[in-house]
Amino acid sequence: MSGDLLEITDLKVTFDTPRGPVHAVDGVSFSVGRGEVLGIVGESGSGKSVTLRAIPRLLHANAAVTGRALWRGQDLFAMDAETLRRVRGGKIAAIFQEPMSALNPVLPIGQQIDEVLVAHTTHDRAARRRRGAELLGLVGIASAATRLDQYPHEFSGGMRQRAMIAIALAANPELLLADEPTTALDVTIQDQILKLMLRLVAELGMSMVLVTHDLGVIAETCDRVAVMYAGRLCETGVVAEVFERPLHAYTRALLQSMPGEGAARAQLIPIPGQPPRVDKPVPGCAFAPRCTLTEARCASERPLLRALAPAHASACHAGERLLAETGP
Amino acid sequence: MNRGAWLVSRLLQIIPTFILIGLAVFVLARLLPGNVVEALLGDRGTDEAVARLTAQLGLDKSIPVQLLQYFKAILQGDLGDSLAMRIKVTTLIADRLPVTGMLTLMAMVIAIGVAVPLAFVAALNANRWPDLAIRWVFQLGLSSPVFYVGLILLTVFAAGLRWFPVGGYGDTLGDKLYHLFLPAVALAFSFSAVVMRNLRASILAVLTAEYVDFARAKGIAARLVLFRHVLRNALIATVTLVGLHIGSLLGGAVVTESVFAVPGVGRLMVDSIFSRDYPVIQALTLVLAVLVSLAFLVTDIVQMWLDPRVSR
Repeated sequence: MSGDLLEITDLKVTFDTPRGPVHAVDGVSFSVGRGEVLGIVGESGSGKSVTLRAIPRLLHANAAVTGRALWRGQDLFAMDAETLRRVRGGKIAAIFQEPMSALNPVLPIGQQIDEVLVAHTTHDRAARRRRGAELLGLVGIASAATRLDQYPHEFSGGMRQRAMIAIALAANPELLLADEPTTALDVTIQDQILKLMLRLVAELGMSMVLVTHDLGVIAETCDRVAVMYAGRLCETGVVAEVFERPLHAYTRALLQSMPGEGAARAQLIPIPGQPPRVDKPVPGCAFAPRCTLTEARCASERPLLRALAPAHASACHAGERLLAETGP
Repeated sequence: MNRGAWLVSRLLQIIPTFILIGLAVFVLARLLPGNVVEALLGDRGTDEAVARLTAQLGLDKSIPVQLLQYFKAILQGDLGDSLAMRIKVTTLIADRLPVTGMLTLMAMVIAIGVAVPLAFVAALNANRWPDLAIRWVFQLGLSSPVFYVGLILLTVFAAGLRWFPVGGYGDTLGDKLYHLFLPAVALAFSFSAVVMRNLRASILAVLTAEYVDFARAKGIAARLVLFRHVLRNALIATVTLVGLHIGSLLGGAVVTESVFAVPGVGRLMVDSIFSRDYPVIQALTLVLAVLVSLAFLVTDIVQMWLDPRVSR
């Protein structure tokens, strides 16, 4: 797709561990359009957070990253340090799962906003302070002026997450990378934060990549979804389309294991077995050992991600079969 | 609780601490085995002389009265007279304390000046050769006693190369710093090892903290990430360690001053113990204990400044 803000091609992340290399992300490709909200969903260890953190090169030295991450046509992975620094926070901002550990405990919230403004704007001190208060107001924090001088431990969990969003938005980024932003919060607060993020994305015209393990969050928030399993991309497509008509055996099993609307008492079907270990390369489909739709080639031949319907791609050998079953 | 209230309550805590220190010193002096007066007079101790000295030291009064007089004297700034040197103990200590203060301060500056940058280099190169080399050298520092390091430095740099004086203390400030350099290095040796290892470990822990990744994601300069986010948080644990070590640094000063013949309170303490100069020993114990608890106070205040959660 031309005009995409971000285009990830064949992203691979291998962690060097004492027990040998771990292939956390194994050839993932996707793109994010302007104003689009893309959800990446998967279970723990599926590589979704690693994928997200690899984009602005936040992974540590023990991670070997290959592939391409084109930001407006420029490869983030080949960028010099200063250009990358300007993109980070300025164009691509990130928020993390645990606001308590992601905010520096010894700096006032105001200063943690201020340093983003110092890095990416030419505002003077007074203007930065005004902007800081305005940002806290924007994310729904009352009495912003006093709050600026307070420390993270003086904020509640939901307020901390709001503050982290304010920090991320400080320099008007074009893309927000959100790594499980609601997982650490109470359900009622989760809902408030999601609504806030959706409102801000719409108001500010941002794009967002939202990583979560919660299909409900994806359904409520995202335009498109990418399903990950064992470091690979299984299926991508428009959210309604993927939820209505999953074309990957894993996505189908995942949706069947969730309580749906209406059929509250319907039998849930759990997925048998465990995700594979990512320290050994899997030759065929990573989901094959737990799959009920397996064919002979699933164990040996790796299925490629291909478009099966308009704006709907799947990496499943049974994809065509699932498509035929559900009709056009 | 806000910072002001915390500070006031922390300052008020110093009062009961000082009273307890005073009590402890008073009790310790009376628990010492043997009769002080007889020990002082030795073979010359006629009954008359013993009685006179006992009265002079106030030891003929009851314990509560003695305690009261003792605290009253301290409040008036009177710590008694040295038996060996026949001058006021306060004058004696006032003469010697700046020397030890300067020595300890110099040792701290050297130790921290060496340890902080090297801890950074070691942590940022964890388990690669610069880290291994730094840790190996500091392992030596950690396992060498102060007097041994002092003797080696004396032999090599003072007696051998003649770069530094063998001992003593100068007149001008420059001369004093020159004389104190080797003893300060000896004193700093193992202390810098403790600081380096502690700071290296806390930098390594902080480097993997989420807020450091978040700071990198903000696009602020790498230098700011290191100093504002990594070093400042890593220093919190190290400041406590430095504060707690001031006591052992003063203890080390006692030995170092003896090795290098530096006229500080450490050497005064050793001399007074040998000459059984009880008023001096008692006063020095009191003064050093008060100094250590003041150092703890400063540590707490620095820590509050570094870590706002402390005053909660």
